[in-house]
Amino acid sequence: MAETGEELVFELRDVHFSYRDHVALDGLSMSVQRGERLVLLGANGSGKSTLLKLLDGLIFPDRGSIHAFGRKLTAEALADEGLARSFRRRVGFVFQNSDAQLFSASVRDEVAFGPLHLGLEHREVERRVADTLHIMGLEHLADRPPYHLSGGEKKKVALASVLAINPEVLLLDEPTAGLDPKTVGFLERLLNQLAEAGKTVVTATQDLDLAAAIADRLLVLGEDHRRAGEGTPPEVLADRRLLLESNLVHDHPHRHDGREHRHPHSHLEDHGHRHRD
Amino acid sequence: MTAEAPTSLPAWMLETEGGGIAPSGRRRRRGAAERTLDGVARALERSLFSEELAARAGTLQEMDPRLKTVCLAVLLLAALLVRHLPVLAAMYALVLVLAWASLVPLGRFAGRVWLFVPLFTGLIVLPSIFNLFRPGDPLLVLWHFGEGASLGPWQLPAELAVTRQGLQGALLLVTRTAVSVSLVVLLVLTTRWSVLMGALRALRLPRVFVLVLAMTYRYIHLLLGLVTEMHLARLSRTATRLPARRERRLAAAGIGTVLEKSQVLGTEIHEAMISRGYSGEPLTLSTFSLRPADLPPAALMLLSAAAAWGGDRLLG
Repeated sequence: MAETGEELVFELRDVHFSYRDHVALDGLSMSVQRGERLVLLGANGSGKSTLLKLLDGLIFPDRGSIHAFGRKLTAEALADEGLARSFRRRVGFVFQNSDAQLFSASVRDEVAFGPLHLGLEHREVERRVADTLHIMGLEHLADRPPYHLSGGEKKKVALASVLAINPEVLLLDEPTAGLDPKTVGFLERLLNQLAEAGKTVVTATQDLDLAAAIADRLLVLGEDHRRAGEGTPPEVLADRRLLLESNLVHDHPHRHDGREHRHPHSHLEDHGHRHRD
Repeated sequence: MTAEAPTSLPAWMLETEGGGIAPSGRRRRRGAAERTLDGVARALERSLFSEELAARAGTLQEMDPRLKTVCLAVLLLAALLVRHLPVLAAMYALVLVLAWASLVPLGRFAGRVWLFVPLFTGLIVLPSIFNLFRPGDPLLVLWHFGEGASLGPWQLPAELAVTRQGLQGALLLVTRTAVSVSLVVLLVLTTRWSVLMGALRALRLPRVFVLVLAMTYRYIHLLLGLVTEMHLARLSRTATRLPARRERRLAAAGIGTVLEKSQVLGTEIHEAMISRGYSGEPLTLSTFSLRPADLPPAALMLLSAAAAWGGDRLLG
């Protein structure tokens, strides 16, 4: 069993994964440092969600290897109850589809699900549920069934259900998709607070504004399901060619002062010139 | 692949079609999509109403859910053992009193039960009221076949009649079903689903059974939402009712889509459960406690069950 350094939370070497004959990841190598805020940037279908599921040990590579906390992550390894329990306590995953994540009959049960199944004492579970509902502002919804909630509330409950486990690594799949600006702002602040507390936060998104707000490092997945680029947010977001080729910005005609021209467009920052209606 | 913008729109897309909005005077017939939407809307409305009822401060809502479940189950058992119509009628009266004390609207409660009981049980027992299937004392003669009449190898009685024994048996079965269904509906209406599931677990019902029940209820809502969106999307592109064959094909395609989506969703749900430590043993937080105030309604229900069973024995 290969050992990786303690400072590395995940290390992937030449990972390939396919859904039948559809390639999702093609030879990806990367690592995630402890306490890092990493954003996986990629267009639809680039393999971001698959990568998160691989990191969470829900699926396993066809080829290549993944190490988590120095141990090789395989189906056989996670068949060990003790290892599975400790891994699941250390890594929490917020799914893109909140409806898939909210399967309990009430918000309270939902938040309690993880801590209960990871072997925490009832009293501790109750304390965590109460605290988590409080910090997420969900106390008034505690006894409501999740299907009666709005999209933003569901996302908050999904996040609360993972935070109650208090994992040291948080994996988030498109956490702001379809949310209103107020909820997006709330999530950004929360994720940064968690990172300041030493948590490792890996977020998959194609939202460049979010990436700029919550990342130390960006890793760009290309439409060929390979690593297309990597760097700090200013480095990556300034690389227009990389963003264009990865389908993260688009190039469309504009009129300025009666003159039509094309340039990459993402609404991330000012174009440096004035738009007219 | 990067989606390339079309270089130019086709000519027909550049034209404005349709003109103004003018009535034709013909009424559009309602199709399967509208009827399904109505059904889904009714189901969702009933579900919201149930949640609201369960939150009221009625007698049964205030009871410990475990004790309430046991008491109503004992009443249910008594209803299954009782063989006399007046005793069953008295039990139904008790159910109505319990519903009233639990602030459940009686008309709606009774309607919910009596809409389905005659439909299902009534149809099953209908043949047994005739002397064709069960001989007995005729109460109402409907038809004279004459002596020696037969239908193929089947020898018919001289006359077709509703019998006293048949009618009594049918009424007994229908009433028993109504009382039983009413008790179960009362339990569901006065207990939040999550609390009911917790109570069932506390009463040692198998974990997998409770988990499947809870998730089924949860995902019925999700699939109802999916069906609603599919039908609304269809309605927004439909101006007239389609031929029956086309309607059937669309319905079949819709069922297939829902099935496929539910399979995908099922996989995701399982992954989400595994991710939070699920290993086949569902656990829930249950913080139930018995209170002195639970005892009077519990005593009423248990004594009524005993009285019904004993009274029925006394009647023979």
